[in-house]
Amino acid sequence: MIITTSKPFEEVLKELEGAKSVFLIGCSSCAATCETGGEPQVAEMKAKLEAEGKTVTGAGVYEEVCHELNTKRKFRENKEAVDAADGFLVMCCGAGCQSVREATEKPVHPACNTMFLGNIARLGNFNEKCSLCGDCVLEEFGAICPVTRCHKGILNGPCGGTDDGKCETDREKDCAWTLIYNQLEKEGRLDLYEKIHTVKNWQVSMKPGRVVFQKEGE
Amino acid sequence: MTFFFDGHKKPSIQEILESGTFLVTGEVGPPKGTSLDEMVHHIDLMKDIVHAMNITDNQSSVMRYPSLATALVIKEHGGEPNLQITCRDRNRLAIEADLLFAYSRGVRSVLCLTGDSIPAGDHKDAKGVFDLESVQLLQLMKTMEEGKDLGGNELNEPISFYKGAIVTPEANPIGPQMLKFKKKCEAGAQFFQTQAVYDMDNFKRFMENARKIDDKVKICAGLVLLTGPGAIKYMNANVPGIFVPDNLAQEMADAPKEERLATGIRILARQLRMCIDEKLCDGVHIMAIGKEDVVPDILKEADVDITKL
Repeated sequence: MIITTSKPFEEVLKELEGAKSVFLIGCSSCAATCETGGEPQVAEMKAKLEAEGKTVTGAGVYEEVCHELNTKRKFRENKEAVDAADGFLVMCCGAGCQSVREATEKPVHPACNTMFLGNIARLGNFNEKCSLCGDCVLEEFGAICPVTRCHKGILNGPCGGTDDGKCETDREKDCAWTLIYNQLEKEGRLDLYEKIHTVKNWQVSMKPGRVVFQKEGE
Repeated sequence: MTFFFDGHKKPSIQEILESGTFLVTGEVGPPKGTSLDEMVHHIDLMKDIVHAMNITDNQSSVMRYPSLATALVIKEHGGEPNLQITCRDRNRLAIEADLLFAYSRGVRSVLCLTGDSIPAGDHKDAKGVFDLESVQLLQLMKTMEEGKDLGGNELNEPISFYKGAIVTPEANPIGPQMLKFKKKCEAGAQFFQTQAVYDMDNFKRFMENARKIDDKVKICAGLVLLTGPGAIKYMNANVPGIFVPDNLAQEMADAPKEERLATGIRILARQLRMCIDEKLCDGVHIMAIGKEDVVPDILKEADVDITKL
C-alpha cells in the first residue's frame, strides 16, 4: 500500500492559480484507503474548489491510477470533460500523478504527499516496514527490516541511541535491533545476529528503478 | 611515505596501550566557526598531561570545525590526536578520502562511530548518510590496510591506523550491545573507549563480560564530568546509554552550588583512581564537555601523572 497524505488545501489552491477549470482524479486503491483520494475526498474537493470559483469539468476515481494504459483509456472515455479542463488535480500517489502526466500534455497538479510503502496496522494507522532497497535482507534479520525500521538503516546492530527497546528519535518507535534480537532469540538463531554484514550494494536500488520481463528466447 | 609532520615526539595510543601503560585521553570539541583560540587553549592545556586527545566529529549532529582539521591543529601544537570519524555526514568515498588525508598527515589512530542521528542536532532537515556504520568503517580500514579501497581498486600505498571503537556498558538491553561489541572486535577494533560510565559496579560486570568475548582488545572507560544535579536529571531521563546512580546524584545534590564543579571533579578523579588502582581496564577517556579547563584539576585530584604511569 502506498501511503499518501493530503496537501493543505491552500497549497492545492496555489497550484491551481492559473487554472479556471480542472479535472479531478482519485484512486480507489491506496488513496481510497488513506482517505486522500477516494470517492468522499474527491467529492469534497469538488465542492471546495467550486466554492473558490473553479469549474470542475469532471471527476473520476479510477482503479490503480498508476496503471498508465488504464488511465489513458479512462481519459479517452471522458474525452469531453478532459478536453474542457485547463489542468488535472491528482488525488493519489506520485506514481499515479505521473501516470496522468503520460495521458495529457496539460498541467498536472499533485493533491497529495506520497509518504512510503506502508503496512496497515488498522484503518488510519500505517507503518513503514519495507523501503524497497532492491536487495532483500529479511532472511538474515528474523523478517524485521533494519534498512527501514532502524532510523539509520544500519546493518550490524544497535547504535548508541537505542533506549529500553525504543529509538531515541521517537519514543513511540521500537528500536529495530531490539525487535530483531528478541525475534532471533525466540527462533534460537542469535548466531545470525553475530554475522557481520559488509557494506550494502546501493547500485541495485539506483533511481529510476526498472524491471522488464524477459521472455524466453529473447 | 613522507609525513607532513615529521618528528612528533609523542608516543601513539597504540604504543602506549600495547606497552601495557594505562592510557589517559582527553577530548576536544571543535567550535562553530573559525575562531580557534579557545580550542587551542584547551589543546595547550591538555597536550602534555594526557596521552592523546579525541576530536569529536560534528558532535551531537551539530555542524562544527572539522575533526580532521582539528587533528592537524593538535599535531601543530605538539599533541597526539585520536581522530573520531562518524558515518552520518559522509559516504564511503568521502570517508576513504579523509582517511588517506589523515594518514598522509600522520594521524595514527581513528575512533570509528556510526554517528548521532540527524534530529539530535542543529540541521534537523538534513539527510543522514549512513552509507556505512561503525562495524563497516572498521572493515573499510582493514581493507585499506590491505592496499585497497571499497571499490576493489588498488591504493598506490596501503594505509594503516590503530583502530578504535566505542561500546555502551549501560546499554539497555545489554544483549544486542555485547553482540555488537563482539562484531566490532571481529571487524578489527583494537581498542575501545566506552560511553560514559558512572556505576562502577556495573562497569566491572561489563568488563567481565567483555573479557569473555575478547581478552586482548584494549578497553578504556569513558568518564564524563558531572556538573550539577540538573545535568544528572537530564542525562538519566534523556541520554540513552547513560545512567548516573543515586549515590552520585545525592553527592552532587548535597554539594552547595559553588562546590558543584569541584564535586564533579572529585567524583571523576575517584573513578579514574579506581580504574587504575583496581586495574579495571586499560585506560580512561576523560570527557569534560565544555569544561576542558578543569582537566588539569581532575588529574591533580586523582594524583595522575602520565609520565609516571
